[in-house]
Amino acid sequence: MRNTFINTLCDLAKANPDIFLLCGDLGYSVLEPFSKLFPERFLNVGVAEQNMTGVAVGLAREGYNVFTYSIGNFPTLRCMEQIRYDVCYHKANVKIIAVGAGYAYGPQGVSHHTTEDLAMLRVIPNMTICAPADPYEAKLAARFMTSFDGPGYVRINKSGETAIHDLDSAIKFFPGEFIQVAYGEDIAVITIGAVLGTVLDEVKSKKYNWSIFSSPFIGGYSKKKLISLAQQYKYIVTVEEHQLNGGFGSSIIEVFSDLYNSKVIKKMPFVKRIGINNQFISVAGSQEYLREVGGLDIKVLFSKLNAR
Amino acid sequence: MVSTVNGKQKVMELVRFAQEIRLLALELCYTKKTSHIGGAFSVADILAVLYGGVMNISPVLVNDPNRDRLFYSKGHACTSLYAALGKLNFFSVEALLNNFVKDGEYFTSHINHQLPGIELSTGSLGHALGVAAGSALAGKRKKLSYTVYVILSDGELDEGSNWEAIMFAAQNKLDNLVLIIDYNKIQSFGRVEDVMVLEPLADKFRAFNWHVEEVDGHCIKNLKSVLALIKQADITKPKCLIAHTIKGKGVSFMEDSLAWHYKSPNAEEYQEAKKELEAK
Repeated sequence: MRNTFINTLCDLAKANPDIFLLCGDLGYSVLEPFSKLFPERFLNVGVAEQNMTGVAVGLAREGYNVFTYSIGNFPTLRCMEQIRYDVCYHKANVKIIAVGAGYAYGPQGVSHHTTEDLAMLRVIPNMTICAPADPYEAKLAARFMTSFDGPGYVRINKSGETAIHDLDSAIKFFPGEFIQVAYGEDIAVITIGAVLGTVLDEVKSKKYNWSIFSSPFIGGYSKKKLISLAQQYKYIVTVEEHQLNGGFGSSIIEVFSDLYNSKVIKKMPFVKRIGINNQFISVAGSQEYLREVGGLDIKVLFSKLNAR
Repeated sequence: MVSTVNGKQKVMELVRFAQEIRLLALELCYTKKTSHIGGAFSVADILAVLYGGVMNISPVLVNDPNRDRLFYSKGHACTSLYAALGKLNFFSVEALLNNFVKDGEYFTSHINHQLPGIELSTGSLGHALGVAAGSALAGKRKKLSYTVYVILSDGELDEGSNWEAIMFAAQNKLDNLVLIIDYNKIQSFGRVEDVMVLEPLADKFRAFNWHVEEVDGHCIKNLKSVLALIKQADITKPKCLIAHTIKGKGVSFMEDSLAWHYKSPNAEEYQEAKKELEAK
């Protein structure tokens, strides 16, 4: 997924002379194609993410379309105030690319678990957040972020994700759109990010009669779409590889709550959030293992939902 | 406000401009009961020299790609910068006096880029130098002729982000970057030497591969000549001008005092300060 994103960025940079890529001394075996093709629009700024973000703003205000690249918490939480004040308040054309979503770097420990980023970034005004689910979505994310002028964040899993979407399908890829990948009746499962593959496998293997949607962006939802989902399905289930506090599921509930309070809908729909149970996990583990320990015990939770 | 005249007369004009900046800053702090007059006065001469001829900037050039840029990191000392910009008609002095910290107006008491002539909103310390370094890098990559100026306070050199940017600027040989440190020796809650000693400051910058000059930050003549020299000098390094200043400079009872980081003058103090400034 990360190679797809960067290779797409390379292709786009051939036609777009404004694209500039900064990295915080990470990107071995990923960023070389870009740095070789465009040495004048690439720079390794060293292990200094606050400065990387400031420099990105400086480049952006002089006309560049800047991407910053690093692992999980480093280009995000490490420099939150630079993102808030320099990038977002100034509406700078800076996109933050973080690899290692959720537990993608599971065995490396809590420093590398990217599990609070969505909540922390989505609260900042002017920020557009994207978390692609598969390589095809990563490609569309690179295209979207390149053509979009303003602050953005792309949360990328890692590598080796299976392709879910049909490459020939015309996918509407922008904030507010859900991409339907399975069709059923009882439950609508909406996922963000690479956990989609696991969800899809489980629903298919157990033959649950559920619909599954990928939500590549957080926020900016179509109220009409959410209302129709609430009317059409008995339950809505959100799945994210992120803390439950303030995450993707919370963002959906916020919209339903606002719709209910303003009397647009007559009752609150049933929304079950699945995510990390607001905890750190101190032990090593594969992404699959840590998901289960953290609270994304999808097999058990789905089976309970099916039995309700 | 400044015309091409002989050197001595020009210096006199800039001295006058600096005092006008202080008088207007005083007016703003007094009428709107705001803080940070000490830091506003320590930087006034530096601003007068930059805007009085060193920088290629004017109200008609604010969107010119080749204009010189000032990234003013000590956004709390807003009154002097607003005063300089007002005097030079980036906006009117009348608008400034009427609208400073007024409900619904952009004149916040930490500088705001929504106003003409302000390149970057600051107020959180340790942000502007990194952004300025990015702007300087862009200037070099795009082969544009502008110079990027940054004014930092001394206290904010405690911020690690500044040292990230200081290393970055040297690594990338940003010789179009001029950093001026308003070294007034007093930070927010104590003397710099007691809170977090910066000395040997010039040696620190030299060790970080910067070109360094030191100057009396209240000597208009020297500020002017050093800044002119630095701009022309054939040195492939970022340039740092350590300006030794006095917090509250220009009003005897405000000078070198921590209290005037916070206090706004009462009626009596205002009259006294005004009298002292006008006498100069």
